[in-house]
Amino acid sequence: MPILIREQRYHHIKALLARLRLDASARVVVLVEKDGQQIAAHGEVGALDTTSLASLVAGNVAATGGMAKLIGEKEFPTLSHEGDKESIHISVIGRILLVVVFDQRSSLGLVKLRSKQASQELAAAFAEIERESQSPGATSNLPFSEITDEEIDSLFVQN
Amino acid sequence: MTFINYASREINCKIVYYGPGLCGKTTNLQHIYDATAPQAKGKLISLATETDRTLFFDFMPLELGTVRGFKTRFHLYTVPGQVFYEASRKLILKGVDGVVFVADSQEERMDANIESLYNLEENLKAHGYDLMKIPYVLQLNKRDLPNVIPTSDLAVELQKKGEPVVEAVAATGVGVFDTLKAVAKQVLTELRKS
Repeated sequence: MPILIREQRYHHIKALLARLRLDASARVVVLVEKDGQQIAAHGEVGALDTTSLASLVAGNVAATGGMAKLIGEKEFPTLSHEGDKESIHISVIGRILLVVVFDQRSSLGLVKLRSKQASQELAAAFAEIERESQSPGATSNLPFSEITDEEIDSLFVQN
Repeated sequence: MTFINYASREINCKIVYYGPGLCGKTTNLQHIYDATAPQAKGKLISLATETDRTLFFDFMPLELGTVRGFKTRFHLYTVPGQVFYEASRKLILKGVDGVVFVADSQEERMDANIESLYNLEENLKAHGYDLMKIPYVLQLNKRDLPNVIPTSDLAVELQKKGEPVVEAVAATGVGVFDTLKAVAKQVLTELRKS
């Protein structure tokens, strides 16, 4: 079953990310699904390739989760990577990953605290998305339910 | 897991290229990357060893175009083929929407193909997927080499469920887009069904 993100939910999540970004004095905040799909991003995205970031974050969390299991832990709930100027903090919140990119304007302690505070609301928002995606008839009015073979073929014409 | 975002009007799907070591999974992605217009692709990320063997995965986002007002994006991944990277190979299959099995057509790689295909079935099962039910394409790669097994014999050994079989020479791009098209079409058709 696909995950359906309705406009209202998307804007709600974007608002939560905007608040977190402000509270944590962060550069960029990204919400990622554990399989590597980006749900939403907010902040000074600019040239930052958030699609690749989402994929690598998911790979990183999956790999460290594998390590956790090898040593008898369920998972590592947070991961931090500190660079000279830019740093990344990742929180594992059930099936979603909250990624905060920050620089010297903030600190790891502040980012950790604010991420934790935002986790609950983000988890609730994603739970709503999952619930809506799984509800009977959720996919009945998808724009693709009547997609034709010709339309699918047309995607490949330019390639 | 297909993601459909109504606000940004995007569909995002995940396709994984699977197969034994050195069968040409990364070469498939490299060709797609080289042959695609800059505005339709993101970066090709390769987490590889110093000798260019895939260590964790390759990743490339590809935008195919618009269907019913939705941008169609495919996230293409490869797995590391070498047997001892089993743990990371399994992780990449999480949330997959479609699989391409890249078989090495050379006679001496037949056992490696069979082992890898079995491994794919097992790893899909571990994530709750059934190879018989998910969008799937078999690519017979390296058809230009002298010691290849006839395609009919390879199909007898490797074809699982009447899936499309595409002959390829990934190094020169032959069959690469046909393979991608065959799997993407099945993924989109699945969406229609759901």
